[in-house]
Order: sequence, then C-alpha cells, then structure tokens
Amino acid sequence: MRPTIKTENRFSGNNTNATIRAVDWFYQIRRGWTAYLFLLPGLFLFGLFVIYPMLYSLRISFFDWNVIKPIKSEFVGLKNYQVLLGEPIFRRAIINTISYTLITVPAQIILALTVAVLLDQHIRFKAAFRVAYYLPVITSWVIVTLIFEYLFNSQAGFINYVLRDALHLVDKPISWLADPILVMVPINLLGIWKGVGWSMVILIASLQAIPNEFLEAAAVDGATPWQRFRKIILPLLRPTLVFLIVVLVIGGLNVYISGLLLTNGGQPLDKTHFILTLMYKETFDRLNFGGGAAISYFLTALVFVVSVVQLRLLRRRVEV
Amino acid sequence: MILPLERRWYHRAIIYTILLLGLLFVVIPFLFMLSTSFKTQQFTFEYPPRLIPQQFTLNNYIRAMKTDLFFLYFVNSLFVALITTSATMLISAMMAYAFARLDFLGKETIFYFLLIGLMIPPVMLIIPQFLVAKNLKLLNTLAGLIIVYITMNLSLQTFLLRSFFESIPSELEDAVLIDGGGRWTIFWHIILPLSRPGLATVAIFTFLYSWDEFPWAHVAIQETTRRTLPVAIALFQNQHLTQWGQVFAASTVALIPVVIIFIIFQRYFIQGIARSGLKG
Repeated sequence: MRPTIKTENRFSGNNTNATIRAVDWFYQIRRGWTAYLFLLPGLFLFGLFVIYPMLYSLRISFFDWNVIKPIKSEFVGLKNYQVLLGEPIFRRAIINTISYTLITVPAQIILALTVAVLLDQHIRFKAAFRVAYYLPVITSWVIVTLIFEYLFNSQAGFINYVLRDALHLVDKPISWLADPILVMVPINLLGIWKGVGWSMVILIASLQAIPNEFLEAAAVDGATPWQRFRKIILPLLRPTLVFLIVVLVIGGLNVYISGLLLTNGGQPLDKTHFILTLMYKETFDRLNFGGGAAISYFLTALVFVVSVVQLRLLRRRVEV
Repeated sequence: MILPLERRWYHRAIIYTILLLGLLFVVIPFLFMLSTSFKTQQFTFEYPPRLIPQQFTLNNYIRAMKTDLFFLYFVNSLFVALITTSATMLISAMMAYAFARLDFLGKETIFYFLLIGLMIPPVMLIIPQFLVAKNLKLLNTLAGLIIVYITMNLSLQTFLLRSFFESIPSELEDAVLIDGGGRWTIFWHIILPLSRPGLATVAIFTFLYSWDEFPWAHVAIQETTRRTLPVAIALFQNQHLTQWGQVFAASTVALIPVVIIFIIFQRYFIQGIARSGLKG
C-alpha cells in the first residue's frame, strides 16, 4: 500500500536520502488527509479532555494549586505526595480500598462462576434468570446505593428485621451506617451484589465456547461432574478468569459512589474513606487541588502496578 | 454444558434451588424500592417491613415529578443521553473507519495513543477536566456533560466498531471507488448501513453510561435546574433524609428506560459484553 520510494538505509546522514524521506513523508501525509479528517473530531476531543487533562493533573500535583489564580500557584515538588503518605486518613483509605477489593473480587468471581455454570445446563427460564441477574449491573450506582442504605437502616431496616426477628441472631438492632467498621458490610455486599451479573455474562460466553465433545468424552470415561469441572472447564476458563480478575480489581480500587453516599463522604471522623472519596473531599470540599491530584495519580500508579503484576503472575500460571 | 449426562431429578432440584435463592437476593432490594415508592410517608419504615403497601398511593410519584422537579431532571438526562449517544456513534464510527480501512502515517501510534483511554481510571481525570471545563465556561452546562461523556466513550467504542468494520468485505467499497465515489460516500452509504448491530451495541452502552453517570455530573453541575437524574436523586436523598417514598419513586422512574432498553436489546448486550468486555 505504501509508496515504495522508501530509503534502504534509514540512519545514513546522506542528503539525498533525507530529501527522499521528506518527499515520502509529504506524500504519505497528502495521501492520508482523508484519514486525518475522519480522525479529527475524535482526536480533538480526546486530546482536549483526556490527554491534556492527564498531563495537566500531573503538573497540578506538584503545586500548591490556586484555583482562583492558577498562575499564583506555588511549586512544592513532591510535598503533596509526602503529606499524603504521612496522613493517617489516607492510610486508612488505602486499607479500606484494598480490603474492599480483596473481599469483593473473589466473591464476585465465585458467585458468577456458580451461576454461569448452572445457567449453562439444560434448564428452563434461562433468559429470564439471565435478565434478572443482570439487572443490578445496569442500574445506576446511585440508585442501588440508596436501596442498600434503606435496607440497612438501623431502626426499621429489612436487614435488621431479618437478623433480629426472623433469625434471632442478634438481640438489638445493629447501627450499620454509623460505625466505621460495620458500614463496610453494606458497601462490600453492594459491590458483590452489583457486580456478579457482569462477570456471569462473560463467563457464560466462554462456557458456550467450550466444545461439548470434551465433556461428553470425559463423562463416557467415567469422570464425575466435579472432575469434569476441575480438569476441563476450569483450565479452559483460565484466560477469561485472568481477564475478569484484572478488570474487577481495577474496578475495586476505583470504588467511589457507594462509599461516598453510604458514609456521607467519609463519616464518622474520616475513617470510612476510600481513595477516591478522599480525593473528592480533598479537592472539592477542602479545595486542595494539588493534594487531590496527587491522590488521583497515586491511584493511577497503584492500578497500573497491580495490573502489571497480576498479568505477570496469572499469565505464567496459565502457561504451566 | 458441564453435566450433559446428569438427568437425575435431585440434580435438577439442587440447580433450581440455588438459582432461585440467588434470584431472591438479586430481586428483593428492587422489590423494596418499588413497594416503598407506593407507600405513604408514615409506612416507609413500618415494623415489621412489608413488601405489599397497606395504603397504596401515587402521591410520591406526583410530588417527585412536580414539586421536586424530577420531571425536569428526567428531561435533562434524556437530552444528555440522546445527544451523547448519537455523537459518540458518529465520531467513533469515523475513527474506527479510518483505522479499519485507510492507510496513513502514524496509524499505529495514534491507535496506541487511544488505548490510553481504556487504561486510565476515569475518575483520575475529574480534577483537570473540571479545570478545563471551567476555563471553557462549560461548567454548569449540559454541553459540558455531553462533551466529556463522548470523550470518555471514544476509545472503547472505536475499538468495538473497528473490529466490526473489519469483518465487512471490502469488495463493495472497491466498486464504489472505481465508480469515482469518495471515502465519505462509502462510509455513509455502505459501512454504516451494514453495521447496524455494531452501532446498536455502541448506542446501548453509551446511552446507559450517560444515563447512569454520577461522578462527573456531580462535580460539573452546581445549578439545581441542570442536574441529571443520578445527581438529583443522590442530592435529594441527602437533603430529605426521610422522604424515601419520593426518592424511590424518582429511582423507579429513572430505572424504567434502562429496563425497557435492556429487555428489547438483550441480544446486543450479551454480544457486546462477550465481544469486548464492555462494562455496563
């Protein structure tokens, strides 16, 4: 497709070669102008609202940012990051975020795998089950969070009713939303409850790609259902599971709306923050844009490192 | 199918029991939302909690829509979602076409550049986006929401459509080129009409994204009358801690379009997710 006047030796300082290269470039750019027109609107938006903000945010994180007069902002180097790491509230937010991830990701995957395997059998109302299980995924975080807030109400909430009057597990109502540890229960449950349907759909798609002959042959050879699951299904699902784990971990580290609404922005005493709710408070309540930008860069770095490490570890296990 | 030869009745019983139990967990919260939205104020926290309202009322809906302005927020949300969806479809289809069919300098570089959009957590962009929008006087406007929503969807939808376009045979296009037609003609009259399922997937996911989006709308809109539904519902609940009837009436109204779209276009959902791991 490309014009063939390309030079043999790209690195020679030869003058004619350079000329030919320039002509080559010019020619290609002229040839490509239709393509650039097709790309223009998208790239313009992408540059303005993704690439530029990304770099701008890095810059802000090194400043004591003055929102009213940005030019008067004071360069503070890494101070925003240092302050952050020394702050107990931030450390608490990291612990909350990581434990949220460690709880919700495995739970979502185990439940989704169970449901996907069961829905892959010869059963009735398959489509109806699938729709119902997927409903939480398409409902906005705001709505499902408010529903959970209602259900976990301390005086007359449904959960306390079930625990106290139906199951007699506790003798007085639990104030789920007022305690910094207990409030993590509805937040984590919500994360699991809302996420299962999405993993389920992806797992169903991968299950359907497994040839039936494998399983029938194994069954004929006398393999029990559990053996078939363990030795055939699970190994074949590994790439999908790796994908799910990586994506869900990223989602877990980005937990935001449920935390913000259920804890009313970190109440009580800023002990219930997640990384992003703290970023919101730092930036838009305390107007410390520099500190907020540092938090968001910290999170980005965390997401990046965790994803790379996971891919390394899990890929290797896939190959073995 | 894992258990193709398992036909014993108790296997089935176990399977249905587990699935129904799961169904119960999934559906109960929604049932409470729905039933509370029809309850009068004094029964929103009755003890023991009931799923069937003792006194059935539509007042919550009427008050939410009229006095609490949720009809306005609904219109705002619909406006933002419709513009975002159509613009995203057009812009990302154009980009996808260039990547799928045209040859140009820097193709790979630009493509990897777009990949960044898939990797960064969207919320990390909120602070600088806020400042950019402030400088462009886009804060407190629906246009500010729309532009950011389009941008945040571009990478993913471009990738989805590119793979879709690549599966369309290129002979048709060659015919048009020989007849002297341009690339735009091909794009508009051949590629787009042949890509309806792909475009439908893009449309559904972009619509839902825009309809449900909270973090950016929460930051970018201060003006009461410009709120979208998720922000309006969250802030309403924050101000009126006990008015659960109205909160859930508004939530139910917000949920209806989503459920309708989902049930009609289920097929595209499943395909779209399976194909690209799109997040709903």
